[in-house]
Amino acid sequence: MKFDAPASDNPIDRLKVVGQPVDRIDGPRKTTGTAPYAYERHEVVPNQAYGHVLGAGIAKGRITAIDASAAKAAPGVLAVVTTLDMPRLEKGVTNTASLFGGPDIQHYHQAIAVVVAESFEQARDAAAMIRVGYAPQRGRFDLTAEAPKAELASADSGAPPQEDRVGDFEGAFAQAAIRLDETYSTPDQSHAMMEPHATIAAWEGEKLTIWTSNQMIAWGKRDLARTLGLPAENVRVDSPFVGGGFGGKLFLRADAVLAALGARAAGRPVKVALTRPLMANNTTHRPATIQHIRIGAAPDGRITAIAHVSLSGDLEDGGPETAVAQTKLLYAGRNRLTALRLAVLDLPEGNAMRAPGEAPGLMALEVAMDEMAERLGMDPIEFRVVNDTQVDPDDPDRPFSQRQLIECLRHGAQRFDWSRRAATPGQRREGRWLLGMGVAVGFRNNLVMASGARVRLDRDRGVTVETDMTDIGTGSYTIIAQTAAEMMGVSLDKVTVHLGDSSFPASAGSGGQWGGNSATAGVYAACVKLREAVAGRLGFNSAEAEFVEGMVRAGNRGVRLGDAAGADGLTAEDKMEYGDLAKRYQQSTFAGHFVEVAVDAATGESRVRRMLAVCAAGRILNPKSARSQVIGAMTMGVGAALMEELAVDTRRGFFVNHDLAGYEVPVCADIPHQEVIFLDEVDPISSPMKAKGVGELGICGVGAAVANAIYNATGVRVRHYPITLDKLLEGLPATM
Amino acid sequence: MRPFTYERARTAAEAAVAARRPHAKFIAGGTNLLDLMKLQIETPTHLIDVNGLGLDRIEPTADGGLRIGALVRNTELAADERVRRDYAVLSRALLAGASAQLRNKATTAGNLLQRTRCPYFYDTAQPCNKRQPGAGCAAIGGVTRQLAVIGASEACIATHPSDMAVALRALDAVVETVKADGATRSIAIAEFHRLPGDTPQVETTLEASEFITGVILPPPLGGRHFYRKVRDRASYAFALVAVAAVVQRDGTGRVALGGVAHRPWRVEAAEATLPRGAKPTMAGILDGARPSHDNAFKLTLAERALASILAEARAEP
Repeated sequence: MKFDAPASDNPIDRLKVVGQPVDRIDGPRKTTGTAPYAYERHEVVPNQAYGHVLGAGIAKGRITAIDASAAKAAPGVLAVVTTLDMPRLEKGVTNTASLFGGPDIQHYHQAIAVVVAESFEQARDAAAMIRVGYAPQRGRFDLTAEAPKAELASADSGAPPQEDRVGDFEGAFAQAAIRLDETYSTPDQSHAMMEPHATIAAWEGEKLTIWTSNQMIAWGKRDLARTLGLPAENVRVDSPFVGGGFGGKLFLRADAVLAALGARAAGRPVKVALTRPLMANNTTHRPATIQHIRIGAAPDGRITAIAHVSLSGDLEDGGPETAVAQTKLLYAGRNRLTALRLAVLDLPEGNAMRAPGEAPGLMALEVAMDEMAERLGMDPIEFRVVNDTQVDPDDPDRPFSQRQLIECLRHGAQRFDWSRRAATPGQRREGRWLLGMGVAVGFRNNLVMASGARVRLDRDRGVTVETDMTDIGTGSYTIIAQTAAEMMGVSLDKVTVHLGDSSFPASAGSGGQWGGNSATAGVYAACVKLREAVAGRLGFNSAEAEFVEGMVRAGNRGVRLGDAAGADGLTAEDKMEYGDLAKRYQQSTFAGHFVEVAVDAATGESRVRRMLAVCAAGRILNPKSARSQVIGAMTMGVGAALMEELAVDTRRGFFVNHDLAGYEVPVCADIPHQEVIFLDEVDPISSPMKAKGVGELGICGVGAAVANAIYNATGVRVRHYPITLDKLLEGLPATM
Repeated sequence: MRPFTYERARTAAEAAVAARRPHAKFIAGGTNLLDLMKLQIETPTHLIDVNGLGLDRIEPTADGGLRIGALVRNTELAADERVRRDYAVLSRALLAGASAQLRNKATTAGNLLQRTRCPYFYDTAQPCNKRQPGAGCAAIGGVTRQLAVIGASEACIATHPSDMAVALRALDAVVETVKADGATRSIAIAEFHRLPGDTPQVETTLEASEFITGVILPPPLGGRHFYRKVRDRASYAFALVAVAAVVQRDGTGRVALGGVAHRPWRVEAAEATLPRGAKPTMAGILDGARPSHDNAFKLTLAERALASILAEARAEP
């Protein structure tokens, strides 16, 4: 099915099931421990052995020798595969760093061996017996130091790198009455999901099956086949439950490759999980940015010039963090400049993490907007309202499909008692705490991706949906079931959903907050086809047939839906594809984030007191799971604002705090009252579901809202994240 | 984790005898040791489980103090009514540490023997004199935000991670031990933890196989008790700086610091200036500090945290 005209009325609009805050259908399995994660799938194949991955102990250089003799002789060891056993493997389409093979070390903790043994403990013990000789080389590990060598980069790989310009930024900025010219920075961050990268691999001849934890099944299948030199049809990937991803599991990683290589060497199925330290340095992370923002405005607050240039680093052939994406679209202004600069670094691979681009970009832009509002003497909300735009500022003929940003801010201001905020910072005190409020805009583009599904109707078993879509904790199972139930006119308990298997139709997968809308749209397409098949079998005109309460009705005839299936059942498969609506309209999601913080006047410890997000993001398919997505993302935003930082050792070239003791994320005590409001919205431009994503919108802007609240509390403006207490101490009131 | 043998000791003396075996270690709660064994930072070949020894009571001493058994769990100690009433600084320090689950397992003696959380100590690909004497120290000149600002050496800039030990230092606790020959001794907490010097792998003055049987708290000090642990998140994090203080009505008192040195840091001579405020007192306590660029803030932070405590002490009825 092709979606190339705005959606009209369709069965989803009935909202009997879709749009309802139903519980997760996988909830009972999750809470009873019967939704197994990759490493726990003991039943899928017998005789599983354990693999343990050894990471390189240097950041750049060559391996001169590996002595694995002690490891091979260790108790229980079945096989040892080292990186010197094979040339460098072909890289997957989505991989920047090589995952295995050959003597060259590109980054710290690059996988250099896997030991397979009868038990996990034996494999780990033997891995420590491997002796590795290195010839280290000097690396480039310091983004600031490499900045002068950075080159212009493009957001889209393949496109020529260029500055994006509208009007005459320099001229307008020079003449602006009120100007801001500041630099902000965000650190490297780790996804830090609960479930590590983990895979069980088993070979049957030349056919390989992996039971793994992956957000994008089709990419994983393609890239595993490519990496191992197999025909894609020989690879099956299965990932029905994923214990968190946040972008860290978008790609093929070393766990899958080494489980497969270990299994081949051992002649047995092998399971591999990356250790927590390897998650930081072996896999991907959100790259650090240094962002230069200039804004010029007239005295009435109208922005006349805006520039945002972001610098990040990555390995050779890597890409930039697209931290200027929102600045192209968020505010009006006739003279604009955005650009990305990329430095080559020999740190582990930078790549997508929840809301890549906008998350770090808004951490800078929305603090700059707060600073500008203060210079203009305007309320930060009014400043943003004055600069709202309903069209793409770069192309005024291209409207936003929906844009309720002002409504988000106005509604939030009322709900949050924004009027209680003191315009002058450092005014509110409660005992030892300085109190402040901050606001920031959340903005994240809505992407649509082709997505397929197969739907089956059985006489007694109801409706079964199969798609390789993944549920990474987001609630995919539930909204897909809701979609099928709505389309087929059955109750939710009559729908069974199977996900994450590459033998199912390829879906959009989970990434870029596109999964919710795109995957359900694919299910919609398949259900349209199934409805036609049902109508055809019953001799109904499919345009007239109504599917409601388990019945199919047309005119005065009514048939039980299951009876239409017959003894053999009915199956339909289709996928939703998209025309040029995304070109004709700018599709984005919006939020107003409000935060109140308390800062200890003596120590500078910042603690969030309450948070509110008001979101406008199309139809909300399930307000309960959508809320869970947003509060989780808000929590991640607090982490980004206050504590999360992969600390780079710029001499030795690695992330030092590579465990959850050193890489701090918020704990329950850090997260107080959170409230989420979804504005009523349907977006017929997005898909027949009229929905958009919220899973990334929830983090976008939160960091800046926290930063702005801290400024409001203390009068100390911190432009370099995370806002740890050492950056506040000098500006706090004197103590006795 | 290397393979190891295991036994359960029945008496403290028997445990000390068993520990004469080379590469033997006592295990109680195991909340630190097991992690270190998994990473092969600790590689004992023999474990002596001391959980069955009793030593899990808190009893009054003849002079009005308390004797805390070595195996009293952190949760029990923090919750003990006598501790909460007379040694509140200790109770508060304990509750500021780790998580409820860890405190349920962690013991009094084990807490004293925790090893540093220096990230370079935890990465076996990095040189660390504490892990591998003579290898060098990767932390010096590296990421040092959490590390020591005073009492460090050219060999090691690690800090001691315990909160409990900081409170014990303020309280002048005494560690009781038994050796393999049956001899017992008492070690003042001030003498118990060592500075790194050129042997950072030796962290206490315990002799090989010497076994901690308990900790003595002297009679109550009175005064108001504070434990101010400053950290980047609200719970479950090691201290950037922790201040244990017992402040009397007349403004005199005691101060010990955590998060700044290889052992709980206390300078008794500096406490004389406490009635004059945090600035002169902390200047005395941290005299000779040699912070790095990354952790110089700890000096300011310690002073401000103490000032905040003193303000609270003055304000309370």
